[in-house]
Amino acid sequence: MTSPTPSATTAPMVVAEDAVPTAPKTPPRGGDSRSPGRLAWLRFKRDRTGVVSAYVVLVFFVAGVGAPLIARLYGKDPYTTYGQNTAGLLNDFGFPVRPNGGISGDFWFGVEPQLGRDVFTLLLYGIRNSLLIATVTTLLVTFLGIVVGLTAGYLGGRTDYLVGRVIDILLAFPSTLFFIAFWPVMISILVSPEDATPTWLTVVSLISVMTAFGWAPIARLLRGEVLALREREFVEASKVTGASPARIIFKELLPNLWTPILIQATLALPMYVTTEAALAFLGVGLSDPTPDWGVMIQRGAQVYQNDITYMLFPGLTMVIFVIAFNLLGDSVRDALDPKTRRR
Amino acid sequence: MSGTDPLLDVTGLTKHFPVRGGFPVRRTVGAVQAVDGLDLRVAEGESLGLVGESGCGKSTTGRLITRLLEPTAGKITYAGQDITHASRKELAPVRSEIQMIFQDPYASLNPRHTVGKIVSGPMEINGIDPKGGRERRARELLEIVGLNPEHYNRFPHEFSGGQRQRIGVARALALSPRLVVADEPVSALDVSIQAQVVNLLQTLQRDLGIAFVFIAHDLAIVRHFSQRVAVMYLGRIVETADRDDLYENPRHPYTRALLSAVPEATASDTPPRTRIRLTGDVPSPLNPPSGCRFRTRCWKATERCAAEAPALVRVEGNGVGHLTACHYPEAGRTMTSQAAA
Repeated sequence: MTSPTPSATTAPMVVAEDAVPTAPKTPPRGGDSRSPGRLAWLRFKRDRTGVVSAYVVLVFFVAGVGAPLIARLYGKDPYTTYGQNTAGLLNDFGFPVRPNGGISGDFWFGVEPQLGRDVFTLLLYGIRNSLLIATVTTLLVTFLGIVVGLTAGYLGGRTDYLVGRVIDILLAFPSTLFFIAFWPVMISILVSPEDATPTWLTVVSLISVMTAFGWAPIARLLRGEVLALREREFVEASKVTGASPARIIFKELLPNLWTPILIQATLALPMYVTTEAALAFLGVGLSDPTPDWGVMIQRGAQVYQNDITYMLFPGLTMVIFVIAFNLLGDSVRDALDPKTRRR
Repeated sequence: MSGTDPLLDVTGLTKHFPVRGGFPVRRTVGAVQAVDGLDLRVAEGESLGLVGESGCGKSTTGRLITRLLEPTAGKITYAGQDITHASRKELAPVRSEIQMIFQDPYASLNPRHTVGKIVSGPMEINGIDPKGGRERRARELLEIVGLNPEHYNRFPHEFSGGQRQRIGVARALALSPRLVVADEPVSALDVSIQAQVVNLLQTLQRDLGIAFVFIAHDLAIVRHFSQRVAVMYLGRIVETADRDDLYENPRHPYTRALLSAVPEATASDTPPRTRIRLTGDVPSPLNPPSGCRFRTRCWKATERCAAEAPALVRVEGNGVGHLTACHYPEAGRTMTSQAAA
């Protein structure tokens, strides 16, 4: 039988050019290396919708964070009833005397009907509170989703099955209804009927309920991603070098999961803003006198036949914020994940 | 390979993947016998080629040796130490000595890590602090595998397949291993690049004295690279011999058929080989044939082949270290190339 290669000795195989000693072709760029994250940032900067949305969102966050400072410069606060303290702002029926909800040089967004508070500072603090709740919820939900999703995906087997069923139940559960029905009961247990419910308790219970129901989608998504990733050879390569499960999860898998995590988080935050507002509107969650987007819309709904302007400001700002944040989320996804473009 | 203890000694290695089914109670209904009673030995600094067609259990064997998979039965001894069922902690001292090179250079590098991080990662995990720091050692390794040390801060997606495979080699070298399991390290690469990578591995084997288990389905590359070759069929080794002995003097019908299928690149005046065409498919490893596993496709099979499995032994007319598992081995040719390489 003839040999497959002519007289194979230990001499190097005959190749067109043996490139071993020479440096292989270098990418044309200089010293700077383009990490996947940097490439995504470059793609994002080219997306005009995304950049504009990012600025809009930024304005809202700056307004929320800097609310006390802005209110001080503006010279008013959201609790003083200017309309009742100063004559000539509200008429006998409690509605603003001036047109367009009493907009003037002193009251930029007008005066609140009946109580006569300043709408501009009310809205600022409302945005501040709403964003605070939504941001904290998003952070907690994302963290919980990462922990549960990674654990279930990496361990697999029984743990995965159990977590999967819990997620199914949570996703099938009507969380808003649950909150409406359960919240008053919980509050009545914790606070005696004579006392007013402390605001911090409301905020904490809001955040915890939204978190308890919110982690499931992120966990399920990440579990799927981990299932796909852990079969990749770089995970085996890491195991061969003796890496611990913790190292594999945090150093090998997690860096590959920031894309779906970031996308989910940017889409979750506006959802929590609207959820929180909806709950406030329905009378659970935050309530007057705590300034809040949802509470303002609720008040606006009561007076809109006589003073549409009061409803316009919280409603319009919320629509702008949610749309901008969702567009931002889409752009972030396009930038991080160019293969799954919307168009 | 006689006399001294081998670096790696595998006896009766078996891996069955359970097949679960049934409703409502799921239970094991069968097993894919990926590897079934495999013996092999690798001496210090030696390169063993493991060949066989797709699905014969080559990659599973590689993953069992590196303990990425848990063996069902059998024994793996590395440098006199039983590592068959060693836990991750028990394996730690041995881990650095057995490394692996993977098949797919696109999946074997973490896309979010820089080349530097990939190459220095193993040193970090094992707490190795080379002189001059890990970064310097990593740059050195990049240079050894023929990459520019300047590539330290680049990401895998900026490299071609061949370059990526070099990065994989550098990572395997980071722990100064004594044994490297290369799982089809070049089959995903272009032919021209294949040669470069194989030559690189060969240089490393010679210069650093690393033992290799070289898994491949390309007989020409195995012949080029390995001193000894083992032929696998359906989870078992059917023939093992020194390179030239095996290629010149195949005794097992399967080896002969496999070799006859290699495209010829010889001058036209040599007499053409007769191509042995195997009929039928490889039987399912779920339900392998009794006795000799090759008997369903063997032209020499008799009732004896179905009744008893042939042992992997030195049949009459074989050179030293040439083992064949066949009741009716092919006629031995004139033993001209007995001298082992």
